[in-house]
Amino acid sequence: MSEELLRLEHLSIDYKVKGGYLSAVNDVNLSVHRGEILAVVGESGCGKSTIAHSIMNLLPGGNEEIEGKIIFKGDDLRTYSRRQMEAIRGKDIGMIFQNPLDSLNPVYKTGKQVEEAILLDGIDRVQAWNKVLDLYRDVKMPDAEVRANSFPHELSGGMRQRVMIAMMLSRNPELLIADEPTTALDVTIEAQILEIIKDLKKTYDTAIMLITHNFGLVAEVADKIAVMYAGEVIEYGDVYEIFEKPLHPYTTLLMKALPRKTKHEGRLQTIDGNVPRILDKKPGCRFANRCPYAMERCQSETPPEIYVSEEHKCRCFLMEEGKEADA
Amino acid sequence: MSAPMIEMKDVQKYFRVSKGLFKTSAEQVKAVDHITLSVEEGEIVGLVGESGSGKTTLARVLLSLTKMTGGEAVIDGVNLGKASHRDMDKLHREIAVVFQDPASNLNPRETVESSIMRPMIIHGVPRSKAKEKAKEVLEMVKMDLKYLDSFPHQLSGGQLQRIAIARALALSPKIMILDEPTSALDVSVQAQILNLLLDLQEQMHLTYIIITHDLNVIKYISDKIAVMYLGQLVEFGPADVVGNHPSHPYTKGLMDAAPILDPRDRGKEKEIMKGDPGSLIDLKSGCRFYARCRYATDECKDKDPDNVILAPGHQVACVHPLNIE
Ligand SMILES: Nc1ncnc2c1ncn2[C@@H]1O[C@H](COP(=O)(O)OP(=O)(O)OP(=O)(O)O)[C@@H](O)[C@H]1O
Ligand SMILES: Nc1ncnc2c1ncn2[C@@H]1O[C@H](COP(=O)(O)OP(=O)(O)OP(=O)(O)O)[C@@H](O)[C@H]1O
Ligand code: SF4
Ligand code: SF4
Ligand SMILES: [Mg+2]
Ligand SMILES: [Mg+2]
Repeated sequence: MSEELLRLEHLSIDYKVKGGYLSAVNDVNLSVHRGEILAVVGESGCGKSTIAHSIMNLLPGGNEEIEGKIIFKGDDLRTYSRRQMEAIRGKDIGMIFQNPLDSLNPVYKTGKQVEEAILLDGIDRVQAWNKVLDLYRDVKMPDAEVRANSFPHELSGGMRQRVMIAMMLSRNPELLIADEPTTALDVTIEAQILEIIKDLKKTYDTAIMLITHNFGLVAEVADKIAVMYAGEVIEYGDVYEIFEKPLHPYTTLLMKALPRKTKHEGRLQTIDGNVPRILDKKPGCRFANRCPYAMERCQSETPPEIYVSEEHKCRCFLMEEGKEADA
Repeated sequence: MSAPMIEMKDVQKYFRVSKGLFKTSAEQVKAVDHITLSVEEGEIVGLVGESGSGKTTLARVLLSLTKMTGGEAVIDGVNLGKASHRDMDKLHREIAVVFQDPASNLNPRETVESSIMRPMIIHGVPRSKAKEKAKEVLEMVKMDLKYLDSFPHQLSGGQLQRIAIARALALSPKIMILDEPTSALDVSVQAQILNLLLDLQEQMHLTYIIITHDLNVIKYISDKIAVMYLGQLVEFGPADVVGNHPSHPYTKGLMDAAPILDPRDRGKEKEIMKGDPGSLIDLKSGCRFYARCRYATDECKDKDPDNVILAPGHQVACVHPLNIE
């Protein structure tokens, strides 16, 4: 297997909030190799963006407590100084943020913002601007020149997303973290952006962490999937294996909620109940209040990560009991 | 039949192209270009189309957040161009919206509870009742009530999206315009929200316009599907027809590009539309899809295709419509 580029070891992140500590990420162990696309999927609010921001050292600061290691090319990024982090951010590790409006400056032309990123690599201005226009064309921006001179509010949602993608491409990072990069793109442009991402992987051996709710994207490009629920990775493995035979009860139920029919054929299948907001960790399986297979021990003991094969792990007691979820 | 809930006639919205912060040029972006479309009461219209084709702009016109530069729109009997203040007040109570970027429409210094309560209080709902309702709608969008005290920056993308939906529901609207309402939700929460929208349609006869790029969602929830391409409506008709047997070549290209849902289908030949998205600024005469269309003939190049009625309630703007008996 190719070189491991990023490894998260026992990563836990709590936010201090009114009334206690909210456990946003709990004991996450994951790695991403060069030339590999890891899709991170899971319940809304399960900690995906929190993990992404922690790798970039971009958590809001002030109210979070982190434990564990974030190892990038052998170094624990948590020991890096601010200067060291700034030096690798964008250049070694690139990120496409979930909400482009938050990360684009409303009073600068979008092309200038991409140019800023390019200038960091010591390219002169004329060349940099031409590169901006090339990148805009690469991401299929219509009227590239006009759009490079547009302000964020003058672009459609999908155009703003393409600006973010162009900005990331301009630095050609070794590790790319893409947080819901294509939610505002129609399927044809999305397919073209996926080609660009696959190209990065093939040509530059880029490692990619793709955070998404879109199973279509996962099915198209991912090599591995990590499924998260309430702050924990509850299942991880090869994309083919997990699509064919998901093991964790949450994964199996999630796959069944995909809208594959019309409303005349009935309501969509859902998972009863809500995700609990977990204040102050306690033992027990976090899915127990919604799980159709919950046993007594699930309420009081925390299921460990159980390897069902070398590359497939699952955090559920059913694996120990040799039983299967077949919801 | 009674009058439609929403009736648009030749609606236009052109923007000037900016050159600097306060300068504009003579060039125009024809974001919405002569759209004629009606939505009946209690109907769900799914609006799909190329990114940048004018969907959000059309929604903003209907919400009176931006003035149309031409045409006419009548919503629940109120003509947007000629409405009195009182009529507009009535409309603002009746139409609720969920924006594409939910975060940018919530006040960062307001808690979830007061964000949801504010529109109700503006419309004269007593505080205690608004507080009750805030809880009720938060439960409807499947969020733990403990989030009432949270601030926007403390919430995830999908949680913000659900707050925006809860806020829209709080006023018990007659019409909802939802721009990508489930793009940040996992499929199980998405299923809960879609089921909720359908329940409300059945119980309260709500009218919806739902904008999304998710073709599975649009096929699941819509009664009718409207397809936009470069500022124009190219096809409009019953959801199963437009979704499964489209007549406009662009719609067909879009539906054919729908993502696979199983990795084992990778590498299966998929028809990806050729060509790059066109310009809304430098528009030529003739069909706007001409350069990318595999069915194009010379006829398409010279004049704008007229709307053809293929069956009652199914129209297409194409000289050579597909799938017709
Ligand atoms: N600054 C913060 N302070 C307190 N809580 C926070 C903060 N940021 C996030 N949270 C909480 O942490 C949890 C994880 O949030 P995160 O944004 O990582 O979720 P996510 O998996 O990216 O969700 P989505 O798919 O909806 O974007 C959520 O319950 C959220 O409310
Ligand atoms: N305030 C504005 N000034 C100038 N141009 C604008 C403005 N708002 C939108 N546009 C342009 O109008 C066109 C349509 O944009 P709109 O946001 O309506 O697209 P959309 O169909 O919602 O796309 P998406 O699916 O990407 O969200 C785009 O070319 C956009 O750049
Ligand atoms: S550990 Fe128990 S509650 Fe948790 S998923 Fe497995 S069976 Fe369900
Ligand atoms: S009018 Fe002609 S070019 Fe336009 S979509 Fe129809 S066949 Fe294609
Ligand atoms: Mg997120
Ligand atoms: Mg839009």
